[in-house]
Amino acid sequence: MGNGQEMAQRTTGNKEVSFLQDAPGSKEFSCVFKVVLLGSSSVGKTSLAYRYVKKDFQDSLPTVGCSFFNQCVTLDATTVKLEIWDTAGQEKYHSVCHLYYRGANAALLVYDITRKESFEKAKVWLSELEKEFLQNEIVIILVGNKLDLSEEREVTIEEAKEFAKTNCILYTETSAKSDYQVTELFVTLAHELLELEQQKEKLRHTTHWKKSRVDLQETASRRMKCCQK
Amino acid sequence: MEAEDPGLPPKGGMDLPQDGVDLPEQKISPGSMDTGEDEPSVALDEQVELPGAQNNGPLSVAGGKGDVQEELTETREESSEKDLSDSASTDNTLEDSSEFSRPMVMDGGPPGEEEVAVQPRPPTHRDEDVTAESWRAHRKHIFVLSEAGKPIYSRYGNEEALSSTMGVMMALVSFIQSGDNSIRSIYSDDRKLVFVQQGPLVLVSVSSTLQSEQQLRQELLYVYYQIISMLTQASITRIFERKKNYDLRRLLTGSEKILDRLLNLVESDPCFLLGAVRCLPLQPALRDSLGSLLQKAITPNLVFSILVARSQLVTTVQEKTVIDDCRLEPTDLHLLLNLIGATSAFQTGEIWTPICLPRFNPDCYFYAYISYLDADCTVCLILLSTDKESFYSVSDCKKRIEEGMRTQSYLQALSSGLKSPSYSVAMVGAPDLRHFMYKPLDIPDNYRQLPQFTSPELEGPYCSESERHRLFDLYHYLHSRIHSTARPLRLIYHVAEKETLLAWVTSKFELYTCFSPLVTKAGAINVLTKLLRWIKKEEDRLFIRYPPKYSTTPNPGKGSKGPRTEGAENGFFGGL
Ligand SMILES: Nc1nc2c(ncn2[C@@H]2O[C@H](COP(=O)(O)OP(=O)(O)OP(=O)(O)O)[C@@H](O)[C@H]2O)c(=O)[nH]1
Ligand SMILES: [Mg+2]
Repeated sequence: MGNGQEMAQRTTGNKEVSFLQDAPGSKEFSCVFKVVLLGSSSVGKTSLAYRYVKKDFQDSLPTVGCSFFNQCVTLDATTVKLEIWDTAGQEKYHSVCHLYYRGANAALLVYDITRKESFEKAKVWLSELEKEFLQNEIVIILVGNKLDLSEEREVTIEEAKEFAKTNCILYTETSAKSDYQVTELFVTLAHELLELEQQKEKLRHTTHWKKSRVDLQETASRRMKCCQK
Repeated sequence: MEAEDPGLPPKGGMDLPQDGVDLPEQKISPGSMDTGEDEPSVALDEQVELPGAQNNGPLSVAGGKGDVQEELTETREESSEKDLSDSASTDNTLEDSSEFSRPMVMDGGPPGEEEVAVQPRPPTHRDEDVTAESWRAHRKHIFVLSEAGKPIYSRYGNEEALSSTMGVMMALVSFIQSGDNSIRSIYSDDRKLVFVQQGPLVLVSVSSTLQSEQQLRQELLYVYYQIISMLTQASITRIFERKKNYDLRRLLTGSEKILDRLLNLVESDPCFLLGAVRCLPLQPALRDSLGSLLQKAITPNLVFSILVARSQLVTTVQEKTVIDDCRLEPTDLHLLLNLIGATSAFQTGEIWTPICLPRFNPDCYFYAYISYLDADCTVCLILLSTDKESFYSVSDCKKRIEEGMRTQSYLQALSSGLKSPSYSVAMVGAPDLRHFMYKPLDIPDNYRQLPQFTSPELEGPYCSESERHRLFDLYHYLHSRIHSTARPLRLIYHVAEKETLLAWVTSKFELYTCFSPLVTKAGAINVLTKLLRWIKKEEDRLFIRYPPKYSTTPNPGKGSKGPRTEGAENGFFGGL
């Protein structure tokens, strides 16, 4: 993340991305990415989504099942549409969660920095995702939320960073309440998704034409076609 | 029990009896009502008791109570049979999640304990000191425990702190059980203890209200059904089969609020007592337009489309085969609305969640799409599908409905109706009338539709919570007398301390009225006549008379689009 937040870099690779025509009238295309928020109950998944989409913070009740939001991000000349699936952290919904994260392009593993066990749960989520996805199929960001409560911190930056590094996922800390690093989180995510998409294109060309070298020009023009605003 | 089940489908249509309007004048004279006054068994109230016998007493026109009961029982048997046949083919994905949580247990502390501590709760009823006098003084306690005696839920106080109390309860249950019997209730001076066992769960109510055992039993069933609506009966059974002393709170953390809310509603909203749905009073033309909008926006596997505004039903559309086989039960709708009400409406986008409709089928999940259509989150669209993968297509239905509502300005029309909360009893034009609840019973056979009721806002003396509770206690009491299995009544004139009440059930309606204490019997009957006339005049606005249906074709293997006459195709879900 460009704002001093360190992020362990995950290697990217081949990934399907869906392309949707926005409205029948407009000739615009945009990349649509499915982003799923996972984590224990009350770590602040809904609050993060709400802060990002509605630019506001309210005290919230637990989510039922899953809540779905759309949000467009414009990066340079590209508009990326994020389909945000805010899942319920309550135990009773865990067995249906695969329904929500299936086919996801990105996952935010959210934990509450003041609750160690929510961090442990995030680890469990990661192993769940690893069962479902190939290593380079999905962008995963570990998100320590409620940074405004850092005096009650139970999960240190070091251990979270260490965990992210060994598992090759990105890591950041946020506060939905004080609006710290929330927009940055999603913007970074969009960048990562686009990069992943580029890699995918690269790989596709390499395999298709059996080239050993990547034609950057080709890749760039392809990307423009599908993602240009 | 059967006849009192509020979830029961009543027979007949919504047509108000023409003759019913004039009935009181003709058939009940103050004199005839006096017959009950000599009744020695009734100390406090003056009552007219009309035992089951037909053509016996002043209300002969209204038809025998016995008949009604018989019909009800029939309908119930029919529908439960359908439930069973439907359940065979549905899926059950949201099951015991213990598999998933296992790795977590390895990572951290001991199993169970950690889970329960997951949610830091603001101080609530749950933090009450269970040894305090104030805890004992609550009007009604509700406990849920497992057969192994493990606490699952307590309305007040922490379940953990109550584990010994619950242990005693379970000891009682199993002691009686060991004699091949089952405990149903215990009466003490000022409390009733009612026990309900449902599969591996035991539910206990300890109450000092005027409610009858039957009503308390029904409330416990609502609690059970609400738990089922989140977990399904099948998965609860399976969980306890695997592990007798499983801590079900693991799966219910965060759901206490839903049960708390349910119990508050049950005490203050007549929809639970009457087993009927409250409709938003609306111009019939607007209701029809909204109905046809829902009718058009369909997709395969969509089964119910429901539009509600402030928990009042605007309109509902059902799949044709469903309406033939089975109906949306009021209980299921109430539980669904309670669940939705317990989430933060303002923060949610489009909700997609598995949900079980326990009265429809306790063992399987529907997938509910829930979305608010206005900025204030008052108008809510619920679409129920049997296909868990259909989020995008169902979401698309919502877009079409939204678009239709926007172009026709239906939303504005709706919200203007919402500005005034429900309606005032003053509209009836009878000054002595303070409040009433009216449930039509004469639904035509070909429209086995949602039982409905209408009731004005609570006003005047009933604005405070304690006064509201007092009024509903009285209503509950009248309801229990009317529906008593031992000695059902058809008419009760009850003079209470601060008001006078009259309850009256015929084959065409069930009516509870509350008058100022100064009303005379003759005056009350005049008001009743006026009220029935008013309802007759307004019925198109107050009730959904002809709920529309749709057919979510094209659907492979489901045959033609035409209306299905032989509807009991049990493979309905199988084809999906
Ligand atoms: N102090 C602080 N509180 C927060 C923050 N984010 C969320 N909360 C609070 O934490 C509680 C839970 O937040 P939610 O967003 O509902 O949590 P969730 O992860 O969506 O929970 P589930 O829907 O049950 O999975 C709420 O009371 C929020 O107000 C934050 O950044 N700082
Ligand atoms: Mg949430």
